[in-house]
Amino acid sequence: MENRIEQIKSEAIEALKEAADIEQIKSLSVKYLGRKGLVTLFLRNISQLPAKERPEAGKQANITKKKLESAFEKAIRDFETKDKKDTDETIDVSLPGRPSSQGTLHPITHITRRICSIFSRMGFDIAEGPEIETDYYNFEALNIPKNHPARDMQDTFYVSDNIVLRTHTSPIQVHIMEQHAPPIRIVAPGKVYRCDSDLTHTPMFNQVEGLLVDEQVSFGDLKGVLEAFVHELFDEQISLRFRPSFFPFTEPSAEVDILCVMCRGKGCKVCSHTGWLEVLGCGMIHPSVFENVGYDTSKYSGFAFGMGVERLAMLKYGINDLRMFFESDYRFLRQF
Amino acid sequence: MKISINWLKQYVPINIPPTELADKLTMAGLEVEGITEKFQYLDSVVVGKIIEVHPHPNADKLSLCKVSIGEQTITVVCGAPNAKAGMKIPCALPGAVLSGGLAVKKNTIRGESSEGMLCSESDLELGLDKSGLMVLSEELTEGVSINTALNLSDTAFEIGLTPNRPDCLSFIGIAREVATMVNQPIKLPEINLPQTSGRIDDFTSVTIENPELCPRYAARLITDITVAPSPFWLQDRLLSIGLKPVNNIVDITNFVMMELGQPLHAFDFDRLAENRIVVRTARDKEVFTTLDDKERRLTENTLMICDGERPVAVAGVMGGVNSEIEENTTRVLLESAYFNPISIRKTAKHLTLNSDASHRFERGVDPEGTVVALNRAAQLIAEIGNGNLIGGVIDEHPSPPFAKSISLSVTKTNKHLGTDLNQPEIAAYLKSVEFNVKITDEDTLAVLPPTFRVDVSRPEDLMEEVARLWGYNNIKTTFPKISGVTNLPNQSIEIKNQIIDMMAGYGFSESISYSFIGKDACDRLRLPENDERRRMLDILNPISEDMAVMRTSLIPGLLETMHRNLSHQIKNLKIFELGKIFISNGQAQQPTETEMLAGLWTGTRFNMTWHSKPVSCDFYDLKGVLEDFFHYFGMDRVSFSKMGDELCSYTKAGHTAQILLDGNPFGLIGEIDATVLNNFNIKQPAFIFELNINTFISNLPETKMFVPIPKFPFTDRDITLIVDNHVQAGDIIEKVKFFEEKLMEDICVLDVYSGKPIPAGKKSISLRIIYRSFTETLSDQHVNLVHQQLTDRIIQKFNATLPV
Repeated sequence: MENRIEQIKSEAIEALKEAADIEQIKSLSVKYLGRKGLVTLFLRNISQLPAKERPEAGKQANITKKKLESAFEKAIRDFETKDKKDTDETIDVSLPGRPSSQGTLHPITHITRRICSIFSRMGFDIAEGPEIETDYYNFEALNIPKNHPARDMQDTFYVSDNIVLRTHTSPIQVHIMEQHAPPIRIVAPGKVYRCDSDLTHTPMFNQVEGLLVDEQVSFGDLKGVLEAFVHELFDEQISLRFRPSFFPFTEPSAEVDILCVMCRGKGCKVCSHTGWLEVLGCGMIHPSVFENVGYDTSKYSGFAFGMGVERLAMLKYGINDLRMFFESDYRFLRQF
Repeated sequence: MKISINWLKQYVPINIPPTELADKLTMAGLEVEGITEKFQYLDSVVVGKIIEVHPHPNADKLSLCKVSIGEQTITVVCGAPNAKAGMKIPCALPGAVLSGGLAVKKNTIRGESSEGMLCSESDLELGLDKSGLMVLSEELTEGVSINTALNLSDTAFEIGLTPNRPDCLSFIGIAREVATMVNQPIKLPEINLPQTSGRIDDFTSVTIENPELCPRYAARLITDITVAPSPFWLQDRLLSIGLKPVNNIVDITNFVMMELGQPLHAFDFDRLAENRIVVRTARDKEVFTTLDDKERRLTENTLMICDGERPVAVAGVMGGVNSEIEENTTRVLLESAYFNPISIRKTAKHLTLNSDASHRFERGVDPEGTVVALNRAAQLIAEIGNGNLIGGVIDEHPSPPFAKSISLSVTKTNKHLGTDLNQPEIAAYLKSVEFNVKITDEDTLAVLPPTFRVDVSRPEDLMEEVARLWGYNNIKTTFPKISGVTNLPNQSIEIKNQIIDMMAGYGFSESISYSFIGKDACDRLRLPENDERRRMLDILNPISEDMAVMRTSLIPGLLETMHRNLSHQIKNLKIFELGKIFISNGQAQQPTETEMLAGLWTGTRFNMTWHSKPVSCDFYDLKGVLEDFFHYFGMDRVSFSKMGDELCSYTKAGHTAQILLDGNPFGLIGEIDATVLNNFNIKQPAFIFELNINTFISNLPETKMFVPIPKFPFTDRDITLIVDNHVQAGDIIEKVKFFEEKLMEDICVLDVYSGKPIPAGKKSISLRIIYRSFTETLSDQHVNLVHQQLTDRIIQKFNATLPV
């Protein structure tokens, strides 16, 4: 009896080897494993065997059944895979894909965010303020009295005697200090306006203002914060140079030059062959400004800084024409 | 301010190269913005030796010279009477540009070719002599550039001075700074007044009627002078810093102003009525002709220098033609004064007249330098103008200011700067720039700034001096001790960032337009007369006509952008802008600033590719973006509704929807009207939307609420209705939602169709309704029953029929 089931198995395996397609395998499956298949019939007839042989025969038959089932399945799978390889058309992978529609952010937005995020990580909050200001916030509160020559430092757009388009983001300092007690740490991005339009000036541009007020803040701290910022925005090799300067709302005041990011200090067209780029203005907040917002000058000190976003964007992206920022040429916008 | 190094060397020895000096000045806060070499124009002028002189065949007064210029010998046509063989002379070669812009070229003069130009002193601006060729020393080598041969060199710096340093608006001021840098003493000009005769009080008087505007007025009188061109050295000094020589008297006043920083004015004494000076304000609307021959209308606030009868100068700004120095002037009244800086600034602004004098006065001159400068100029006028100095000086100085010393704490200075300097170091730094320093106690200094440092009045000003002299770059870099959390919540910036990111995600590119637009923008948008956006804020001093007012809408900017891009052959455009508009509350008030978001889509839905034919974008492309946008932010209170035709101005009637929040409009979406397109010179359809972002942000739900995921399957049923053309699909959906059928989960439009076989005036709308229960799997029979009831209600409500 054992031989019989072995024989069925060998026959089936042989037949399977000869099978030319899936249909033949399926009919073989029916021939051996179907309801009237040879293995099925064998199992069904086990009861007619001598009682002694039955358990062993049943066991062998079931093993054979399982083996054949998996052999047929595997054969079918093999054919399926083979079929695909043989018959499927290939695609031209070199053709361009269906376009997705991702748009772009303005380079000014990219850089402003980068600046704000660096300062955010140093614990600065982000603030905003009105673009059209009173003379008080834009000038007087910042220690720039009427009829002071310091007013010549910025060409102002006037709406009336008392209303101006803000010439810098510094008025935000005053608003924030009027509304909040120290400690204060903010950066304030925004558009500013100056009555100047040529190759290197647009009548509207963007600044980011920074302000930190606390007990015991020093000029050394100001240097530390700005150095950390510049190293983060560019890299650690970009050194800083602080030059005495004048802003009515800070004392001492400084201009900050950074090593030219284009030529690394060797001298090139971008840095007018000086090796340095002027990118920031800063200083310790003038006591008059603190007095104007009612801060105790004996207790608090602080620093402020401001930078032009366009200049940094030009350096970062190698943009060589300032005016491109506001011409909205799609070929420009799509690059960022 | 322009300075010449050669001139500067008169007051301080300079033993470092100009570039190093420029660096030091820049690092001391006197930024050198430009460096020029004065004698660069002589680079192409070489030492030549005349070998032969022949008469010019075609001109009596010209000669033909053979000139050796080293390795070469050239022929030059020359008109100078002193040309002689064997003489060494300066020879300008082709390419040289000489005095008055004269460009030397190879050319032909009266038929003879000339390969250069032999020069006089005057041609080369090396002297005044123009009578003949400049004769050079025999020892000079032919062919060597005259710069090298004569050792000519002068570097000029253009220094960008900040308004706080008027003391540096003079050579002495810069020299003081340089002296501390190079550690050398400063050499002030020696003033030796000549012998005088007579007493000035016998000749003239000065009356100050407005001492608050003119705290000090000093004068001297010089007689018997000869007005003439200045000697070469004086003209050369002025030319080296870009000033034009006029005559010896005027040149001296300018020279002393540049040397000492004190503006001076010289009057023709004989043209002063009653030979006296009165300082007073002008009469309102009085007209006065200044030295530049312009008529100036004065106000009663303008401070004037007058004689016994009439104004003779605008105080501190410019003199008048009626008293100017002329060729025949013999007696000069010399003025040196201190004027109120604010008054001078107001006058200069009012007259839009900036002079070297007003520039200095409005920033503040040294109140104690008045008489020194007066004496210096008087001495020079007497010397150079061969004049006779009248004895005595008038110095009207009604109330001399009281010098206040500033108390400076060493501890506070170090804390403020982050330095570790001791008292003697700080004292030494301040003394090095002529501050008077006294030690009060072990931590405190009493500091008296020199009178020329008008910018120093507080301890912080002194700290800046200390920091500057110690060197900003020597201050140790530290990091602030960050205290506590500073809570300035600003959620709106984050949301705005998110909005920008999303718009980019929808395929729009961000643009930033100028906030100013042309006055005609409202007309171009066809805004009605009563539209709020007609309330534009005027800029009093605009850059141009098309930047004359603040924008009240982002749409003109987007349309301009579209127009510009179309002209660059870019026909498919998806752009957006997030920015402020400004609605005027009157010119004397701040406007209302509102943050807006606007987008524009024109051209095709997708860029042309091999996958599909280009399809034009339409209203629904843009609407889909907004629907998704609102859905993302959980703004389920937003709806769209047809905008009344009468409300559409820049968008096409019947193709525009208002965007509402709880029924209140806060934006719109639509196609730009054809006339408006035309107004912007655009010839293809454009779809736009705009949203008030202030409203949007302030109505955002605080948080999103989770809705459980359904456990049971849905069943859908479709229905096609035939309704009147005017029925809007959105209305049907809204109404069906309003039925509040609990089992209905969603309803959407599958198809809208009109045309055969649908009767005219009607359209078919196919809807798909999704049914689902949260508690069981719905049976077909149950769904059929609910669907039947719902359909009946819809048919009844909209007077619809089912298709045959």
